[in-house]
Amino acid sequence: MSLEPQELTELKSKIGRDPTSTELQIIAAEWSEHCSYKSSKRHLKMLPMKGPLVIQEKGYDSGVLDVGDGYVITAHIESHNHPSAVEPYGGAATGVGGVIRDILSTGTRPIAILNGLRFGNIEKDQQARWLFKNAVIGIADYGNCLGIPTIGGEVEFDDCYQNYALVDVAAVGFGKKENLIKNHANKGDLVVLLGGSTGRDGMGGSQFASDSLESEDRSAVQIPDPFIEKLIIEAILEARNHKLINAMKDLGGGGLSCAVSEIADTLEVGIEMDVDLVHTRESNMHPDEIMISESQERMLIITSKTKLKKLQEICKKFRIACSVIGHIKSNNQMHVKKGKKTFANLPTNVVANATLLDLPSKKPVYLKIIEKEKKLKSISDYSKTMISLLGAPNIASKIWVYGQYDHEVGIRTVVKPGHDASVLRLDNGKFLSVKIDGNPKQCYINPREGAIGCFEEACRNVVCTGAKPIGMLDHLQFGNPKDPEIFWTFLESLKGLTDFANYFTIPCIGGKVSLYNETPSGPIKPTPLIGVLGLIDKTPLVPQKITKDDCLVIVGNTKDEMGGSEYFEYIHKFIGGKCPTVNFAESKKNMKTVLKVIQNQFLKSVHDCSKGGLAVAVSELCMTNLIGCNISLEHVPSEKLDVDRILFSESHSRYLLVLDKKNLKKLEIILKKNKVSFNLIGKFTGDKIQFTKGTKSIIDLRVDMAQKTWINSLKDLVLHG
Amino acid sequence: MKVGVVVFPGSNCDRDMYHVLTDVFNLDAQYYWHEKSLPKNIDAVILPGGFSYGDRLRAGVIAAHSPIIRDIRKMAKKGVPILGVCNGFQILVESGLLPGVLLKNESLNFMCEWTNLIVENNKTPFTNQFKLHAKIPIPIANGEGRYYVDDDTLKQLKKKNQIVFRYGQVVNGSSNRIAGVCNQAGNVVGMMPHPERAVESEINPVDNKPSSLIFESLMVKMGVVN
Repeated sequence: MSLEPQELTELKSKIGRDPTSTELQIIAAEWSEHCSYKSSKRHLKMLPMKGPLVIQEKGYDSGVLDVGDGYVITAHIESHNHPSAVEPYGGAATGVGGVIRDILSTGTRPIAILNGLRFGNIEKDQQARWLFKNAVIGIADYGNCLGIPTIGGEVEFDDCYQNYALVDVAAVGFGKKENLIKNHANKGDLVVLLGGSTGRDGMGGSQFASDSLESEDRSAVQIPDPFIEKLIIEAILEARNHKLINAMKDLGGGGLSCAVSEIADTLEVGIEMDVDLVHTRESNMHPDEIMISESQERMLIITSKTKLKKLQEICKKFRIACSVIGHIKSNNQMHVKKGKKTFANLPTNVVANATLLDLPSKKPVYLKIIEKEKKLKSISDYSKTMISLLGAPNIASKIWVYGQYDHEVGIRTVVKPGHDASVLRLDNGKFLSVKIDGNPKQCYINPREGAIGCFEEACRNVVCTGAKPIGMLDHLQFGNPKDPEIFWTFLESLKGLTDFANYFTIPCIGGKVSLYNETPSGPIKPTPLIGVLGLIDKTPLVPQKITKDDCLVIVGNTKDEMGGSEYFEYIHKFIGGKCPTVNFAESKKNMKTVLKVIQNQFLKSVHDCSKGGLAVAVSELCMTNLIGCNISLEHVPSEKLDVDRILFSESHSRYLLVLDKKNLKKLEIILKKNKVSFNLIGKFTGDKIQFTKGTKSIIDLRVDMAQKTWINSLKDLVLHG
Repeated sequence: MKVGVVVFPGSNCDRDMYHVLTDVFNLDAQYYWHEKSLPKNIDAVILPGGFSYGDRLRAGVIAAHSPIIRDIRKMAKKGVPILGVCNGFQILVESGLLPGVLLKNESLNFMCEWTNLIVENNKTPFTNQFKLHAKIPIPIANGEGRYYVDDDTLKQLKKKNQIVFRYGQVVNGSSNRIAGVCNQAGNVVGMMPHPERAVESEINPVDNKPSSLIFESLMVKMGVVN
C-alpha cells in the first residue's frame, strides 16, 4: 500500500466517509505515481503536443500522426523497469505486451517494436549479464511470437544501473484514419473484459513500480503469454472492422481499477461492474485482488447491446474469453459489486485524478565541480585505444541482440537494424524512420544539455535515412522525485526537451515518466530516452556498399566536449568534463542541409557521429563495408584541439557523408550554398583503418581485426563473461 | 489459379504471403482459417510462418492436429502443390507429410539473418525455374529451425532426391545443411527460410530475382505463365 496519510485524509474528505478496503486498494493503485503521474503531470504540460499532423482524441493511450492519403501512424513508449530488475524475462516480455496494447487500443495494427535497454557493468557484474541476457530473450520471445518486427533500439551499460535494469519499449502502429476508434459511451452500453483471465500475478504492480526497489517482490511481476496477445490483436482488429467497438482501453498498471475509472472519467460516464463476472484463473479471488491484479493480455471494451453477439462470435473464433462485466451509467460513479453487495462506489473523477504535487527542486551539489577535468594519462598507442573502444560493451555491435529479434516480419523493413535509424515502408508509398536514443552519462553531467543531446541524436539518426522528424516520444526516467536534487534534474531535462521541441516544431506525441528508479547504491543517472519518428515522402536513403576511392565528407564542427564520452568513461574511467551542447541554429542548418543533399540522391550513405566520436563512426562505416580508410585529422573542422579530442569528442550535429568521387563537386556546391561547416576528410581504400595528422600516423588498424572485435565482443561477454 | 493460404491461431506471416501472392504475382489467393475446409478446386496450398499455438509443446505439433490438416493430406495425395514456410514447414513435418524433425538451433537462440540457399532439386512445383545449384539470398527467422534426420533417412532423402534446399554454409546445425525438403512425390515442399520476405527489391538488400523464381515456378507448373 502506497497511500500516504494525507492522501487518506483527502480521500475521506472528498467522499465524506471512510473508504472500504476495496476502495482503498483501488485508490492506492490509481493514485500511485505510476498511474497518476502526480509528481510530474503539472510540469509535463510545458511540452508542445500539438501540430498539423497530430490527431488528438479522447482517451488515447498512444500518439497519433496523420501521414497522409487517409493513413495514420500511432506510437507510444513504456518502461518495465522494476519488474525487469527482479524477473528480467517476464518483466521485459510484459513490457512489450503492454505498449502493444496501447497501440491496439486506438484501433491500429502494431507494426514495429523498439527497445532501449540499460544494465550495470556487464564486464564485471554477473547479475548484469543475467539481467541483460534474459531481458533480450524476453523481448525476443514476445515480439517474435506476435509477428511484430523489433526493428531497432539501443543498449547501454553503466555502473549506475548495478542490480537494476531499465527496459524501455516503444511501439508503432499503422492504420486507416477512418478506422481509428473514436472513444464514446452511451448509457446502457456494455463493459466487456476481453482476453486473458485475471489471476494473482502482478498484484499491486503499479505501487511496486512507484516505490524504490527494496524487496524482490516476484508476485508483483506479471506473467507473459504472447499467444493470447496475438489472438487478442487479431480479434480486436476484426471487431474494429465490424465497427463493434465504441471505446477501448488496455489493462496495464492498476489493472481493472485504472482502466475502469479512467475510461469512465474520460468519457464522463459511470460504470457499474460485478467482480463475479470477471473470468479468473484462480478460484476464491477477493474483489480487492480482482480489481488490482495486473494479469496481462486483457482489454476493456465498451460496446452496444446490439453489437455484443457479433463480438462474442469473433472471440469464439479465436477462442479467447470475453465477459460482460458491467454497463455504462449516467451518474459518473465507479460502482464495484460482487453479486448484490457493493464493495466500492466512488466518483470516477476522484479515482482518476490524484491531487498533483508541486515538489521542491534544488540544483544538485555535485554539478558544481563535475565539469572540471582532471589530468588524464597520455595515450601512447591510439590503435590500442581504438580496439578497446570498439570492443567496449556500449560501442560493440549489438548484432547479438537484434539477431534474436525477428526484424523482417511484416515485410516493411527497408533499412534494417544495425544502421542509424530503421525505416519501414507504409501502404501509401511513404516511409517511416524511427529511432530511440538516450545518454545517461551526458545527462548526469548536464541534465539539460544531455537531454537535448538525446533528442538531437535521435533526430540526426532519422535524418541520416532521409526523413524529416515529425514527432517525438519521451520517456523520463529518474530516481526518487522527493529528493529535490533529483527533481531538479527531472525539470532541467524536461525544460531542455521542451526548448528543442519548440525550436524545431516537433510535437511530443506521447511519453511516460518512470520515477523511483533507485538501486542499492543510490539513484540511477538521469535517463531520459527520446524516440523520434521521421517521414520520408519519396525515397529513403538505404546505405549502399562503400567501394574503393569513395569520399568521406564531414558536416558539423568537432568541439572540446568530452564529458560523458566513452573515451573519458571507458578508457580513462573518468566521470566529468564538459558535456556536448547543441547549438540550435547550427543543428537546424545542418539537419536541413543534409536532408537536402540526400534528396539529390547521389550519396551512398550518411552516418551520424555519436558514441565514441568521429573515430568510432568512421570505423563503423569501414567495418560494415569491410573496407579501409585514410582520414586526415587536420582536415576535420574544429578549433585547435588535441588529437584525442578530435578522434573521440562526441559533439552533436555532425554527419558523415559517403559518396562517389565524381559527385564531390555537386556536394560542395550545396554545402557551401547552405553555409554549413564541412570538409573532405579522407577516402575509403585498402584494408586498414588509418587516421593521420600531417605525416604522422595516429591509428593504423586492420579492418578485419577491428570488425572481429566489434562484432563478437558483446556475444562473448554474455556467453563467457 | 487459386492459392489457399492457411491461417492457424498464431500464424503471423499469413498477411505477408497473401500480399506477395496477390500484389506481387497477381494470383487469386484466399485465406483459410484452420477450422474451415479447403475447396476441391484449389490449385495450390501454402502454410505460412508464425507461431501457431504459440509454439507450445513443440513448434507446429498442435497445429498438425487442426481440422484443415485432413484436407491438406487429401490434397497432398492428389498431387496438389503444397508449400510450408518456417512454421508451415514445422507443421508439415509434425503432421508426417514431410520426413524429419525441426530442433532448436545450435545456438539455442532465435536467429533472424540473411543467408544463402542452394537449390538441390529443381523438379518440384516450387523450384522448376531454377538451375540446379542456383543461389538464393533469403532471410531466416526461427528458433526451432535445425532440420534433423537420422543417417538412414538421410540416405533415403538423397536417393529419392528429396533434399530441395541446402544452406550455403553452416547456419544452425541442420543435418547435411538441409534447409528444405519435399515428399517422395515432390509436390509437398517445406522450407525454413522466408521467400515471401525476399521477392521485393525494396526490402531485399541483395537480389530479389532468385526468390521470385519460387513463386514463378508454381505459376509455370499451373500453366499461368510459360
